Amino acid sequence: MPDARPPLAAPTCPTEIAVELRDVSFGYDKRRPVLSGIDMVIPRGKVVAIMGGSGCGKTTILRLIGGALRPQAGSVVVAGQDVRELDRDALFALRRRIGMLFQFGALFTDLSVFENVAFPIREHTELPEELVHDLVLMKLNAVGLRGARNLAPSELSGGMARRVALARAIALDPMLVMYDEPFAGLDPISLGVVGQLIRKLNDALGITSVVVTHDIYESLKIVDYIYFVSAGRIVAKGTPAEVRASSDPFVRQFVDGAPDGPVPFHYPANAIEQEFASAG
Amino acid sequence: MPADTIALVLRRVGRATQNSISRLGFAARFFAMVLYHSPAALKRLQLTLREVYFSGVLSLVIIMVSGMFVGMVLGLQGYDTLNRYGAGDSLGIFVGLSLVRELGPVVAALLFASRAGSAITAEIGLMKTTEQIAAMEMMAVDPLARVIAPRFWGGIVSMPLLAALFSVMGVFGAYIVGVRLIGVDNGTFWGNMQGGIDFWPDVTNGIIKSIVFGIAISLIAVFEGYDAKPTAEGVSTATTRTVVGASLAVLALDFVLTVFMFRGAT
Repeated sequence: MPDARPPLAAPTCPTEIAVELRDVSFGYDKRRPVLSGIDMVIPRGKVVAIMGGSGCGKTTILRLIGGALRPQAGSVVVAGQDVRELDRDALFALRRRIGMLFQFGALFTDLSVFENVAFPIREHTELPEELVHDLVLMKLNAVGLRGARNLAPSELSGGMARRVALARAIALDPMLVMYDEPFAGLDPISLGVVGQLIRKLNDALGITSVVVTHDIYESLKIVDYIYFVSAGRIVAKGTPAEVRASSDPFVRQFVDGAPDGPVPFHYPANAIEQEFASAG
Repeated sequence: MPADTIALVLRRVGRATQNSISRLGFAARFFAMVLYHSPAALKRLQLTLREVYFSGVLSLVIIMVSGMFVGMVLGLQGYDTLNRYGAGDSLGIFVGLSLVRELGPVVAALLFASRAGSAITAEIGLMKTTEQIAAMEMMAVDPLARVIAPRFWGGIVSMPLLAALFSVMGVFGAYIVGVRLIGVDNGTFWGNMQGGIDFWPDVTNGIIKSIVFGIAISLIAVFEGYDAKPTAEGVSTATTRTVVGASLAVLALDFVLTVFMFRGAT
């Protein structure tokens, strides 16, 4: 039972922090901020979910942690290093310790499953071929796809592609793995498999996981802590048990899947009477 | 209101000019970055050789068949024209010079832009659309060194070789039509060609042209792919831009290079 796990240490005073965002603001242009005043702590060894509706800025948070974007205000500290202050070499050195699973896997379509997983190993190490072979098979075995090593990415189902991408993300034994919508578009079985893999790999390899998702049910089963983001702000947070018991209107709308609530059904528009009157 | 319309037109022209200049600046910076990453990419020679295969070897059929047909047409048209002035025996030199100095590099470059340039743009654009480029960056692998530079150099290596093959096949096509079908004397055909075409400047000028075309096409192809909007429409637009831009660049560069080469010769 996921809830039987010991409760998460209060994330505001963790003993060991993998990622910390302090008062982070970001926007692609100044008029439309994507994120405002984000404070987030991701303790080492935990699985933390960032949840929210589509377009609320969840993926932007991952891009800020990975240094693909620089915050306009505030700081993003990963493994004790402020990402904003890193030069390109230092950023690349940090990224070698971070794995990322993209929404649809982002496997290299011109490489086989084996070569996809071998890619980061070949790029960053000079290990002998026998060792690369063994390492790749170990990673593929961890996601249950050792037998699929000779397949091309085009021959994989969505769930299998996600698992291969997961094997690739952990190829260099990272300290942090980020998942961008790992459950999107999966059938219930694949969804359960990917969810369990995230949890098991996190615990077995002693890594830290950040899962950006809008799948509340799967997340509640596997994560230690959840941040809810809406319109670029953190609107709620808590452990799965706290989320289930929460009376916060946003959390309730999200958990119950209500079409209207703090997140409105209608895109902002003029009053309906005004629209029809002007049409007449 | 005319004043409003004028302002609107001016605004649009201004915006378009601004966009073009900033894109040109981005392209120049991109070119510098590709050159900067080239030594690292060329150290792993198998990456560039792989691209030589995709850009060059896979373009062989279209280049060789086209070269043969162009040569056959040149043989027919050339003989018909030359024969009116009693110079039918000069077919060899006419065909050789036309192919080596102009048609070989230019037509091969146009075909290369359509066949290989579009493929390079589409591949890089799709890699961007499917987040493969972003994934590479997140794996601390620079896509400029791993994806872009090998494709750029693969195109530059392939282009002169394809142009040379185009010319060879063209000469062969003209031989079949001129000597075998029309009956121009075999010895005269080859003798005139050998005597009238110099390695320097005729052949070297053709080689220089094809190398310059190779640089232009490869740069446009990789840039358009890298700069493509990550959508189906964006990739399609980028591919079209590559073919149109590279073809126009080849024709314009051909004129400029020919002017300089003629000035050099006189």
